[in-house]
Amino acid sequence: MLKRVHFGPSALPYLLVLPQILVTVIFFIWPASQALYQSLLVEDAFGLSSKFVWFENFEYLFEDPYYWGSFQRTFVFSFLVASLSMGSALLLAVMADRVVKGSGLYRTFLIWPYAVAPAAAGALWFFMFNPTLGILPYVLQFIGYDWNHKVNGTEAMALVIFAASWKQIAYNFLFFLAGLQSIPKSLIEAAAIDGAGPGRRFWTIVFPLLSPTTFFLLVINVVYAFFETFGIVDAITSGGPANSTQILVYKVYNDGFVGLDLGGSAAQSVILMGIVIGLTVIQFRFVEKKVSYND
Amino acid sequence: MASVKLDNIQKTYPNGFKAIHGVDVDVQDGEFLVLVGPSGCGKSTLLRMIAGLETVTGGELEIGDKVVNDLEPSKRDIAMVFQNYALYPHMTVYNNMAYGLKIMGLSKSEIDERVKNAAGILELTDEQLTRKPRELSGGQRQRVAMGRAIVRKPSVFLFDEPLSNLDAKLRVQMRVEIKRLQESLGITSIYVTHDQVEAMTLGHRLMVLNSGVVEQLGTPIELYERPASLFVAEFIGSPAMNILDTKISEDGESVDIATNIGLALGNGGLPDYAGKKVKLGVRPEHLQLAEGSENSLPLTVTLVEHLGADTLVHGHFGEDETDMTVRRSGTLKTVPGDKLPISITRENIHLFDAETSRRIDL
Ligand SMILES: Nc1ncnc2c1ncn2[C@@H]1O[C@H](COP(=O)(O)OP(=O)(O)O)[C@@H](O)[C@H]1O
Ligand SMILES: [Mg+2]
Repeated sequence: MLKRVHFGPSALPYLLVLPQILVTVIFFIWPASQALYQSLLVEDAFGLSSKFVWFENFEYLFEDPYYWGSFQRTFVFSFLVASLSMGSALLLAVMADRVVKGSGLYRTFLIWPYAVAPAAAGALWFFMFNPTLGILPYVLQFIGYDWNHKVNGTEAMALVIFAASWKQIAYNFLFFLAGLQSIPKSLIEAAAIDGAGPGRRFWTIVFPLLSPTTFFLLVINVVYAFFETFGIVDAITSGGPANSTQILVYKVYNDGFVGLDLGGSAAQSVILMGIVIGLTVIQFRFVEKKVSYND
Repeated sequence: MASVKLDNIQKTYPNGFKAIHGVDVDVQDGEFLVLVGPSGCGKSTLLRMIAGLETVTGGELEIGDKVVNDLEPSKRDIAMVFQNYALYPHMTVYNNMAYGLKIMGLSKSEIDERVKNAAGILELTDEQLTRKPRELSGGQRQRVAMGRAIVRKPSVFLFDEPLSNLDAKLRVQMRVEIKRLQESLGITSIYVTHDQVEAMTLGHRLMVLNSGVVEQLGTPIELYERPASLFVAEFIGSPAMNILDTKISEDGESVDIATNIGLALGNGGLPDYAGKKVKLGVRPEHLQLAEGSENSLPLTVTLVEHLGADTLVHGHFGEDETDMTVRRSGTLKTVPGDKLPISITRENIHLFDAETSRRIDL
């Protein structure tokens, strides 16, 4: 048991945690409680009066097929963004792990997309795929494909998935590379002597040993796809065409600020908040149980 | 079973560093060869080339009369035990041992038989076979690593400092077990260590490496009795051999040990070295206490170590205070400040060329 060191009463510790507490209260606790409160109200269209309605907003939401559609869309979107960005990041990390010369430069370039703001990333993809101006629809035309994500919902979804994944690859790459580099080389060598070829070594040794990293990234990526892709969706499709890229976080904005249904929008954010809390709990549970392979 | 033949093996790393400068050795079928040398001398590099984990950049490597220079590790019919054991952390002990056998495509019953058999030899219990490596002690992990090598029934065992992560007591115990195992299985083994005691006790033959160059290849007794160079002389034996800077007398008949004290060489002396500087080596255990002899060196005692069975006396003699260590069996009653008369006899000295550091044969 560690013996506790006792200091005399002092204001210093409180002073030191004060900024953190203030930030949490002002930017999280206050707005979150506002959202909670708001989700129990119904406001008239002009915002002049509001009425306390208990869980009516939630009931209404759960009966709304559009909401369920958005839920489903968000799951598909998150699943594809997480798999695409993690898969490509893992591939890149495996290759970077082998590079000996110039690996610093290679890594630096791969990390860049992460530094790009979501809206800027969205704008980039918006221009690249713009049906009239973009370079890629132009190229696709030559192989006889008529790209127009402004009309075709599937194409629009594909585009936001690409853009969102692209931005997250750098982050995943860094973690995968660190994970790969923490696997002792002698394990790979032992497996090579045991007769395992490169593919088998990867799937039976490297991949299982990376699983803590993979799980961590999975949670991070799902959270990212759920909540941090607003800027990308907004810049590229604004949720369209015909709501085909309206994921939950975008619907919160759309219903609240465009549709002016503040109560319904607040109820949606409360549900999203619940999802974040759930994911965080899973993450912590896992971190506590996390096995260490290093000893 | 196989022999291993190294013919002018060289290694230059991609960064241009030449780690191995041409090594020749013929390891006999069933032989236990120890590569020994200080850290960084290229032992692991050489072993890893034999394993196929490093490319051979010069010379020819044969295992069992087959040139294997460009063969994959798995095709060389070898097994290797790593310093950090390199056990697969996510697999049970059983699966660690079975991994290579599954890849070989052996049947389940054959795998089970081999693993159980190896576990028996290494005294691993059935319960331990179901554990993960991290749930084992250092000594047990070491056994698993050995087991993983044994089950493959390779022609050649390669060991890279397998005992250096164990504590002193366990190290001695495992050393004995490795030797017994190698003798009973009769598998050709190449063993890397920086510990000369391990090397002397394990090897049928030792290869002493120094900066990628072979200093000497021979049996432990040959290395101890006739070190081929100053490096080997100082490396083999504990405490290390005493080395004195001296010269051969003008007539070549004797070697000067200290001012006015010479030691007759006999056998016609060393006329070629007359008047030349040489290094004289004498092992601590070969120094005699010579009460009253006129040719004795007066050793001023500076430190006494009682090991129980032996006593180590450190001291110096002469105007330039040359350091010297004496080892006597039993207990020797002496304290710092004492003067002990020491004598050196002709048959116990080793002479080395002061320039080339090679042995001078008398
Ligand atoms: N991959 C490498 N690239 C360049 N030099 C290396 C490499 N690996 C080892 N060396 C150098 O080769 C020499 C021998 O290394 P090593 O065989 O590991 O020594 P030992 O096992 O005897 O301690 C050392 O000087 C080491 O710095
Ligand atoms: Mg080494």
